[in-house]
Amino acid sequence: MSRLRSVPTPGVPRSSASEVSELMGKDAPCGYLTIAVSGRITAVNDTLLAWTGHARAELVGQLRLLDLLTAGGKIYYETHFAPALQMHGSLHEIALDMVCSDGSRLPVLLNAVLVRDVPTQSAEIRIAVFDATERRAYERELLSAKLRAEQAEERARALARTLQATLIPPTPPVIDGLEVAAVYLPHGAGEEVGGDFYDVFQLDERTWLVALGDVCGTGVEAAVVTALVRHTLRAVTMSSETLSEALTALNEVMLRHESDRFCTVVLVRLRRTGDTWHATICQGGHPLTLHRDAQGEVSFVGEPGSLTGALPEVDFTDVEMLLEPGAKLVLYTDGVTEARQGTELFGDDRLLQTVASLGPSPRLVVDGLVGRVVEFAGGTAEDDIAVVCIGISEPHDH
Amino acid sequence: MDLSARFNVQHSGRLDGQPLLFVHGYGCDQNMWRHVVPHFVDDHHVVLYDQMGAGASDTSAYDPERYGSLRGYAQDLLDICASLGLEDVIVVGHSVSAMIAVLADLAEPGRIAAHVMVAPSPRYVDDPPYVGGFSESDIAEMLEAVDSNYLGWSSAIAPVIVGNPDRPELGEELAASFCRADPEIARRFARVTFLSDNRVELARVRTRTLVLQCQQDVIAPMQVGRYVHSVVPGSELVVLDAFGHCPQLSAPEETVTAIKGFLTPVNA
Repeated sequence: MSRLRSVPTPGVPRSSASEVSELMGKDAPCGYLTIAVSGRITAVNDTLLAWTGHARAELVGQLRLLDLLTAGGKIYYETHFAPALQMHGSLHEIALDMVCSDGSRLPVLLNAVLVRDVPTQSAEIRIAVFDATERRAYERELLSAKLRAEQAEERARALARTLQATLIPPTPPVIDGLEVAAVYLPHGAGEEVGGDFYDVFQLDERTWLVALGDVCGTGVEAAVVTALVRHTLRAVTMSSETLSEALTALNEVMLRHESDRFCTVVLVRLRRTGDTWHATICQGGHPLTLHRDAQGEVSFVGEPGSLTGALPEVDFTDVEMLLEPGAKLVLYTDGVTEARQGTELFGDDRLLQTVASLGPSPRLVVDGLVGRVVEFAGGTAEDDIAVVCIGISEPHDH
Repeated sequence: MDLSARFNVQHSGRLDGQPLLFVHGYGCDQNMWRHVVPHFVDDHHVVLYDQMGAGASDTSAYDPERYGSLRGYAQDLLDICASLGLEDVIVVGHSVSAMIAVLADLAEPGRIAAHVMVAPSPRYVDDPPYVGGFSESDIAEMLEAVDSNYLGWSSAIAPVIVGNPDRPELGEELAASFCRADPEIARRFARVTFLSDNRVELARVRTRTLVLQCQQDVIAPMQVGRYVHSVVPGSELVVLDAFGHCPQLSAPEETVTAIKGFLTPVNA
């Protein structure tokens, strides 16, 4: 590489004849050529001729550097190399392919210097050429590794989306006399499966169950537990008299499962009597449900209850209430109350005020609430957010 | 983010002068015009910007769908004109940007008063009897090279540029940014550019047009310049004694003279 130092820098007159001849001879460690500003080749060294198989007489005065490049290289030369060289006077490590006399390609790296001779108003471009065959092969390996990594990442993302879709019903079912709206917002870019879930299903002709919960952690293992919880709840709420019994059964199932993950969950059973609905609420260590009455008063309802899947001894309480037309229940995960703005949490007070200010429809409540939370958190949620709002339709609605 | 910041819009000249909008092509950025711009600031409101993905544009605003065809780039041109309130704009478009200006002109007739097409090409691939200069396999090979030799191209697209004692006016900042493009966006822009065919749109242009053709240009050869001249009614063709595809760099004086000669009757 030390020979390179004898390549003249811009503004410096020609090097000594011996240095030039060393560079032009067959022992030069790099290819070397000079071209006029028109692009025409004015000189080429033996090394480059040996590498490419061209004869000196074919090149000097006959062809342009451009003519030795692939079509892609020609375009690159004209759109990047030539303008940058005109502008800056020198370029380093330009990757191009040269076409050899037998049609094969020689991957090269070029260093180029534009030398202007001010008195004669002339200029030439001096170019050192390095064989980059091995470097290019290495780059190709890197590139294919990068491609494989990208594909693997895409597969993981697709898997996460599919898994998440199995945990969240695409749209809540249509239930006569009830209006159910739900929003699920994954944290960050949504590339990882979260542990939040909700479900709405029918227990018998007049009875529906709404479940919402949060399995600790994220990722595939949390998703496996989330699926277990969701399906177990469907089974145990069918066979249990009370919701407390159902959560106790869920606790048993989770303790026997190999995973040591636990969850928080809230169940709401809704049974219709005429225009009013009878609600049973049972909480398992989950943030308390909000009740908004027909006049717009908002309060927390339900008893906290134990975390589910953590300890053998648990305590759950069924809380009964009547829901009049216009009343709403709002179920949410802690992604709502624990959304952060700096060190400040969204918190219960802000939650109460927000739910009081929103409505009238459950759709407006969930969208409005999630919108406020995301805005509070500065645009992106750090944790998953799930919100379900159940509204009792006014008699004229159905 | 406002459009001026997104596209690194730069103004010079007389704000009450007729707007002269310089649009760089595939490969570099608005610094391409630095040798010609000073010649127009006395009479015109000169506006420059960096295409999305190039120079100091805000690449976070890149939308693969919008920029999946030249129309997205044309819309940028119109959006910039609208946001600055530019009327009767003379667009100096280099290479593919001459076609971007054509698309903008057809999308919003009246906004553009004149085209100066510098080394334009409505189609790079031959389509006999049309000569674009490249065979389909040439372009396929180039795009494949761009795709498969990603690292080579990304390092090529962002060459290590060192200062030039001959050109002290080029500051460090420029040295760091000139020709530096987001490789992924540049890759897609290459595809959109070199597979484009805007011959139909070009033939619909009724705006005053100057075609600047270089003597020896592999990207937009002489036949292409003549073709552009022949399909745009009333267009003027000036063949510059310039090598390569960037006469604004290789022959700035001739380029300026040709543009001034064309603009004078506009102002008269």
